[in-house]
Amino acid sequence: MEHFTPLASTLGGIMIGASAALLLFGLGRIAGISGILGGVLVPRAGDKAWRFAFLAGLVVGGAIMGKLRPELFAFGLDRRLLTVAIAGLLVGFGTRMGNGCTSGHGVCGLGRGSLRSFAATLAFMASAALTVFLSQHVFGGAS
Amino acid sequence: MIPSHATLRPGLQLVLAFLAGIVFALGLAIAGMTQPSKVVGFLDVTGAWDPSLAFVMLGAIPVYAGATKLASSRLSPFAGGSFRLPTRRDIEPSVLLGAGIFGVGWGLAGYCPGPGLTSLGVASLPAFIFVVAMALGMLLFEAMKRQQENASRLSSAAARDRRA
Repeated sequence: MEHFTPLASTLGGIMIGASAALLLFGLGRIAGISGILGGVLVPRAGDKAWRFAFLAGLVVGGAIMGKLRPELFAFGLDRRLLTVAIAGLLVGFGTRMGNGCTSGHGVCGLGRGSLRSFAATLAFMASAALTVFLSQHVFGGAS
Repeated sequence: MIPSHATLRPGLQLVLAFLAGIVFALGLAIAGMTQPSKVVGFLDVTGAWDPSLAFVMLGAIPVYAGATKLASSRLSPFAGGSFRLPTRRDIEPSVLLGAGIFGVGWGLAGYCPGPGLTSLGVASLPAFIFVVAMALGMLLFEAMKRQQENASRLSSAAARDRRA
C-alpha cells in the first residue's frame, strides 16, 4: 500500500454522491455515466441536451482539476495503446449490455438499495479483480 | 393540486446538469479514480492492495441514499418534468454478463466511463483512445441489439403467417 488516501477518497465520494443527488433533485435522472453517454450516441431524438451539458461539465471539471492538481491524472500504467483501445471497447459494450457502470450500479443503484445493481456491482468488481490478478501476477505487469 | 409532471424548464436543466458534471469530475479526481494505476492498485487484492477506493463508495452511497429518501416525497424535479428512475428489478443473465465484460475492460486499463471522460479535460492520449473505443463499443452493442430485435420481429411475423 503506497498511497493510502482514505480521507481524500471519502471526500471525493461525497462529492460524487452530491452530484448524483443534484441530478436526481434537479432533473429526476440517474447519474449513470455510461447511460448518459449511451443516450447521446443512439439516433433516438429528444432529451439529449442535458446529457451533453452533463458530459461537457465532466470535461470542464477535469480541465479545472488538471490545472490545480495535474498529478491526479497520471496514467501510471505500462499499457500499450492497443490494450487501452480493447479495454475501451469492452467497457462500452459491457456497460450497455449490463445497463450501467460504477456510477449507475455502484453508487446510484446501491444507494437506492437495488438488488439488481448489487448483483451487477459484484459481477464487475469480481471480473475486474480477476483481470488485474491475471495481468499483474500471471502475465507479469505490462500488456 | 400540484401536477406530478411540472412544466419543463430546459435552461435550468442545462445549468444543473452542467454543474452536476463539474462536481462529479472534481469528486472523481479528488477520490483518485482518474489515476488508472491507483484503480489497478485497488483491484489488486492479492498484491500491494490499496483499499482507498472503497472509501469512494463509503462516501457516495450514504449521501445518495439520503437523497433518494428525500426525493421520494417530492412530486417533480426542480427543473420540471418528472422523475425517471429505473424500475427493473430482475437480474437477467445479460446484466451479469455485461457487468462481467465491463469489469475486464476496467481491470485492463484502469478507466471506467466517468474517469475516462473526465481525463479528456487534461488532453490525455490514453483517455482519448479509451473514450473513442468506448463509444464504438456502445454503438456495437446497440447495432447488435437492433439486429436481434429485427430478427425476432421477422420470426414472429413468419410464425403469424404460418398460423394464418
